[in-house]
Amino acid sequence: MTILLFIEQMLNGLQFGVMLFLMSAGLTLVFGVMGLINLAHGSLYMVGAFAAAAVAAATGSFVLALMASLAAAALAGALIELTVIRRLYDRDHLDQVLATFALILIFSEGTRWMFGSFPLFLDVPKVLAGPVTLPGGIQYPAYRLSIIVIGLVVAAGMFALINRTRVGIRIRAGEADREMIAALGVDIAKLYTFVFALGAALAGFAGALVGAIQSVQVGMGEPVLILAFVVIVIGGIGSIKGAFVGALLVGFTDTLGRILLPQIFALFLEPSAAVSVGSALASMLIYILMAGVLVFRPRGLYGVA
Amino acid sequence: MKLRSAALAAAMALAGATAQADVKVGMITTLSGGGAGLGIDVRDGFMLAVQQAGRDDLEVVIEDDQRKPDIAVQLADKMIQSEKVDILTGIIWSNLAMAVVPAATAQGKFYLSPNAGPSPLAGKGCHENYFNVAWQNDNLHEAAGAYANDTGFKNSFILAPNYPAGKDALTGYKRFFEGELSGELYTKLGQTDYAAEIAQIRASGADSVYFFLPGGMGISFLKQYAASGVDLPLVGPAFSFDQGILQAVGDAAMGVKNTSQWNKDIDNATNAAFVDTFQAEYGRLPSLYASQGFDTANLLISAMGKADVADADAFRAALKAAEFASVRGDFAFGANHHPVQDIYVREVIKEGDVYTNKIIATGLTNHADAYAADCKM
Repeated sequence: MTILLFIEQMLNGLQFGVMLFLMSAGLTLVFGVMGLINLAHGSLYMVGAFAAAAVAAATGSFVLALMASLAAAALAGALIELTVIRRLYDRDHLDQVLATFALILIFSEGTRWMFGSFPLFLDVPKVLAGPVTLPGGIQYPAYRLSIIVIGLVVAAGMFALINRTRVGIRIRAGEADREMIAALGVDIAKLYTFVFALGAALAGFAGALVGAIQSVQVGMGEPVLILAFVVIVIGGIGSIKGAFVGALLVGFTDTLGRILLPQIFALFLEPSAAVSVGSALASMLIYILMAGVLVFRPRGLYGVA
Repeated sequence: MKLRSAALAAAMALAGATAQADVKVGMITTLSGGGAGLGIDVRDGFMLAVQQAGRDDLEVVIEDDQRKPDIAVQLADKMIQSEKVDILTGIIWSNLAMAVVPAATAQGKFYLSPNAGPSPLAGKGCHENYFNVAWQNDNLHEAAGAYANDTGFKNSFILAPNYPAGKDALTGYKRFFEGELSGELYTKLGQTDYAAEIAQIRASGADSVYFFLPGGMGISFLKQYAASGVDLPLVGPAFSFDQGILQAVGDAAMGVKNTSQWNKDIDNATNAAFVDTFQAEYGRLPSLYASQGFDTANLLISAMGKADVADADAFRAALKAAEFASVRGDFAFGANHHPVQDIYVREVIKEGDVYTNKIIATGLTNHADAYAADCKM
């Protein structure tokens, strides 16, 4: 493998990691601050993608589509928080899993009812279609570069929000001691709705960004949801920093594993066996990484005891 | 909504005729979740033929397997034991077919496959009561390999998901392709990001790419491939280019060659009428899945005209004769009850605002599958 190909694959890993961060940021906040396991997070990702596809089809504008994805997912998030999620904070995790699993089914069939069973069309904006040439002669899709930039900007914004603003202080306080912050006069119900809607908006935004280069279809959120859970377990539940580091780790591990493992096995196995053993092991790699991290850091990389 | 109410009306009309129904069909297919588009097309094609036949001695029970093998098995048990169906049909996915078909045929039921054609059921595990109306899984990939030879490709990069049908696909392509392989990759089933694979394709020095990535995986791959600037010719089986998903891929699919046993421009009266009536009934163009559902129902109806389902031997012979007007033109079963048929090469084009396919060549003529010799019936 040449150095250029390796750099290109590192970029791919970075882009995948940044996407995963957008998805896991909300999940880790909701899990950390409210102690809630939200399986329906993947559905909010799907809501964002469908809203973007619908608006892009109606207006032709990708920027409007992205704004629609933020708004629709935040709205859907706030709505389910007020009607369903709110009742689950005091229940145990099994109840939360059951109720949010029900939400997945409701979202999926509701989306099918509104948009039909066939995948929708959402394309990258014309200006970002096609590749750009990077220094060193690497051809890289312009849209993927933009995803990296947007993702890093959102990550920086999230750090600033959590660490530098009053809302961020309240969120961190809510994570540490729910009763105490309520006793200090913070409207904890409103704060929770805000955090939930924020996480939903990020997931929806990720769905719209990714929908343009993948397939906008019912059930698109569940595979990503599993990865997002891996990310927050590796990073430590409740930690934005952990989600960021975990997402990049998973992104790099998955991308490089898919490329390198079959080649490594090819050194001492016959080609067809190397391909199948390598591919099989590559798809397990992030779970092995997770298990490895948990052995040494049972609460994840940045988890608090 | 129109689609649903039409199917409902058909189902209710049929349910009303229960009293004198003598053939009862159980359809197990995927109507919810990610793969629902395929099951819905098969169901709609099947029900269109049933509706057109207007027989009141045919009843169809339709259930959703959710693409889960355990649910498909439960549904099959229920249909055989309490609904007392005579014939089962409808399954889309090979792993579900493997879970249901051998048990159903062992209990003396007929199974007509409108889609899945796993190799065990065509070879050693074939059964006199199992008929596949679509294709054996390898067929379209074999035609793609033959087409690659005809086009003069010398060096293909091939990829498919890491699961049995993916391995069948690459095996099928390699069985016919005579050139070299500059790369062979198995991706994760359900993978949606192919950046790493596309970078490898770019670096491989191949002159063509063959990929089998059905449904949403294919949509993702095609869009990302188009954005990557790699411009090697792509070839795939029809499963990534059916009418249901082409609109979601858009321009990225234009000009791509794909292999199929059916297309809407196959020139015969049955096909023309099928395309028109399907569009009128459901408001969309039919896909190859819909054509397979339509042919399956017509095969069944032709057999009902010749024999009583209670007389299994006579009914089996009537099915085997396959005397119905297929949308594919000539249709015949081989010795292992799988089709012997022409497989075409299509190209993705745009008609007005709609992306669709047109036939540009014939990949393989009167093609049977590679497993027939292992079938001892």
